[in-house]
Amino acid sequence: MEQADLQRLFDSKIEQEIRIEPKDWMPEAYRKNNLRQISQHAHSEIVGMLPEANWISRAPSLRRKVALLAKVQDEAGHGLYLYSAAETLGTSRDEMLEDLNSGKAKYSSIFNYPTLNWADIGAVGWLVDGAAITNQVALCRTSYGPYARAMVRVCKEESFHQRQGYEIMMSMAFGTPEQKQMAQDALNRWWWPALMMFGPNDSESPHSQQSLNWKIKRVSNDDLRQEFIDKSIPQVEYLGLTLPDPDLKWNEERGHYDFGPIDWEEFYRVISGNGPCNKDRLEARNKAHNDGAWVREAAMAFAEKRQTNVA
Amino acid sequence: MNSKNWPLFEVFIRSKNGLSHKHVGSLHAADPAMALENARDVYCRRNEGVSIWVVPSDHITASDPGDAEELYEPARDKIYRHPTFYTIPDEIGHM
Ligand SMILES: [Fe+2]
Ligand SMILES: [Fe+2]
Repeated sequence: MEQADLQRLFDSKIEQEIRIEPKDWMPEAYRKNNLRQISQHAHSEIVGMLPEANWISRAPSLRRKVALLAKVQDEAGHGLYLYSAAETLGTSRDEMLEDLNSGKAKYSSIFNYPTLNWADIGAVGWLVDGAAITNQVALCRTSYGPYARAMVRVCKEESFHQRQGYEIMMSMAFGTPEQKQMAQDALNRWWWPALMMFGPNDSESPHSQQSLNWKIKRVSNDDLRQEFIDKSIPQVEYLGLTLPDPDLKWNEERGHYDFGPIDWEEFYRVISGNGPCNKDRLEARNKAHNDGAWVREAAMAFAEKRQTNVA
Repeated sequence: MNSKNWPLFEVFIRSKNGLSHKHVGSLHAADPAMALENARDVYCRRNEGVSIWVVPSDHITASDPGDAEELYEPARDKIYRHPTFYTIPDEIGHM
């Protein structure tokens, strides 16, 4: 087929909501755009394990410990589903891991904030996973088949993540005054970074329109952020906590909550490597990767030996 | 990794007896035995299956989407392969 015909076929599939599959022809820019988004998403799942893993051994009860352990294990799985989806676009797992470990690849800036105490684990499950779910539900309809299928699996697993986080917040918010204060403090620190997870404003996000046209993204950054804010407010009210935003108020006309300005300078500072934990995260990633090298090598040597014995 | 990458395996899971195995995703492993163990860990954490197949990805031969026309088009005009092509009187009930 001629290039122009291939392009027409691709465009009509996008138009008719027919998913693009790995062996289908696709424009190079579409491939690259997907690869960047999916690999960044995968890296976020992997780095996202670090702030929580920090608290597994210090969970206050066995119930909390098994929940957190299961959640962190899920996130490893999410990373794997996404790396697999990215690999169908013609890159290797090792290249992606190398880009992550060298600091070349980006991951969600939220994971560069520290989890200072147990209430943070509640706030992370509730808000960070909550924001991720809002984003991922929309991505279940993304135009690249392997990415959409990965998102469907991820969304099925995610909902307990948010609920276990909210449960932690409930027991603290309804606990002693000191516990309630800890819950409030965690909410204060995580609220704004959680809102930044949806990315820059639509007006500042030049690639966004192309992604929406290709249906890689299905809902714009600002619309997703608004949806998340509207959903969160009754949850905050139930806890008897307050959001660290004096401008927050219901707008009858819009049918949405208005909210105050986001500190985008902070966002760009953290994403460009100068957040509170960027260095720690990369060091932990590299240490885990290097410490595991002998295991990977031994497993491969064992597999090869077994194969020669059979042959 | 230094020298060799672990090969890729495709994972198929039978969700319950009576249903066929269905492709659920892929993973890297040093050998088939490890692929099976890893498939259990990542794809069956919530009773998703009763049986797992793992197949080295490079053992799969796939059709080319570019051949779609010659592969699937000939079936399209053979409407006599479908029951609705034949007229049967209402009086005789369901057939
Ligand atoms: Fe996740
Ligand atoms: Fe999660």
